[in-house]
Amino acid sequence: MTDIKPIQPPTGVPESGACGSRREFLGTAVATVAMALTGCGKLSKEEFLQHNFRELSKDELKTIIARLEREYEEKYHKAVKVGNEPAMPGVIFGYALDLSRCIGCRRCVYACVKENNQSRDPQIQWIRVLEMDKEEGVNIQHAEQYYNPEEVPREGHFYMPVQCQQCKRPPCVKVCPVGATWREKDGIVVVDYNWCIGCRYCMAACPYGARHFNWGEPHIDAADVNPNTHYLGNRPRPKGVVEKCTFCIQRTRKGLYPACVEICPTGSRKFGNLLDAKSEIREILENKRVFKFKEDLNTQPNFFYFYGV
Amino acid sequence: MNTRPIQFAGLALLLLTATAFASPPEKKGDASAPEGIQVPKPPFSEGIFPCTSCHDGKSMKVDTHRRELGMHSEIQEILHHGPNRWCLDCHDAQNRDRLHLAGGEPVAFTASYLLCGQCHGDKLRDWRLGIHGKRTGSWNGQKQYLLCVNCHNPHSPHFKPLKPMPPPTRPDDIKMAKGGSQ
Repeated sequence: MTDIKPIQPPTGVPESGACGSRREFLGTAVATVAMALTGCGKLSKEEFLQHNFRELSKDELKTIIARLEREYEEKYHKAVKVGNEPAMPGVIFGYALDLSRCIGCRRCVYACVKENNQSRDPQIQWIRVLEMDKEEGVNIQHAEQYYNPEEVPREGHFYMPVQCQQCKRPPCVKVCPVGATWREKDGIVVVDYNWCIGCRYCMAACPYGARHFNWGEPHIDAADVNPNTHYLGNRPRPKGVVEKCTFCIQRTRKGLYPACVEICPTGSRKFGNLLDAKSEIREILENKRVFKFKEDLNTQPNFFYFYGV
Repeated sequence: MNTRPIQFAGLALLLLTATAFASPPEKKGDASAPEGIQVPKPPFSEGIFPCTSCHDGKSMKVDTHRRELGMHSEIQEILHHGPNRWCLDCHDAQNRDRLHLAGGEPVAFTASYLLCGQCHGDKLRDWRLGIHGKRTGSWNGQKQYLLCVNCHNPHSPHFKPLKPMPPPTRPDDIKMAKGGSQ
């Protein structure tokens, strides 16, 4: 089954006469017809015939990453590295957010946008900070996300940032009709942007509003593009795919803290390995008052909220 | 049926445990050493440290009486740190380049968390565990800590309000922008 590998012509689309095998010829023909029918004119043939990330061999992945890096360099005129670090053995990531400390300053939102190459126009933000009434407690009916006072925290309010909760039973993964999103071994729910068909079922299924759709061609100024990326994380996305928080997979799989943890001026955000009994995340789970958001839905998040006081 | 030796043994064990628990987590000598925790420099105001450049004990006599000072008005104005506080509760009168604990043991400015921890023991415990305060660096390796005073002005420790970053664009406004950006 050596001929299952995708065709990798040296440069661009080959002339029709150059097709070596029947499979290659059919592949090119199907791709051309499909492009004409679907209007996916921008899609290269390699991209169209590319397999799901989880089915790629090492060589295929290498070629694909090289192609992506080339495309990004053409687009942004600077070197963009696309990594594919696998999950570390013995690690399941957990996150805890201290509701008694968060002041709703939204520094995390913008650090995330910058780190993860989210589209500036049309705007996409993976973190949403909710302003809530202290009298009401955690009550979505009384949540305001467009608050904009001179100073935060406002009297009588507390703030609850919401992002992907990296569920152990993720409804988004369950509904994806093509298997373009899945939960990795370290607990991060990822998306293969090249396999996503943009049906947005996952967005409907997610009870946290954590998934975001590229309605328009994402725009980021070349100078603002973060060149350290991961295939399943913050590499620049095409139009028409869904994206979400990945706990900064490009950072955390190298041992770094996520960007939102690094920026938080109040130290409300805590991150670590749930399997390490000495990690700060385990200390919190064992000693603080912790809750899961919308626990009744049994999504089993690895993202926790706690009260540090 | 002589239970006395057992009782003695039990008493001895109890005493041993009691002393073990009673001994503080740091020895006295460690008070000025930051127990191996890498902390940043304390956020001194420009040109204020070393304090001994003025408080050298010669040009100014040490006056331990509680009073309004002619200097440091900016600190006296904002001093909101519990009732009845004044400079020498924390600053050392003998050597102004260091602080002192309630018992008089000297503490370097770089280990000021020991001073804070005298009253805020639960916060110090959580800070050591990484629950209170901010840590940066590596979740599975070297971490950078912040001192209490990097976030809390010791003279007025309440965390100061901030201007929030802009709110997200409403979906309606994004829809309008979409057409133009394609």
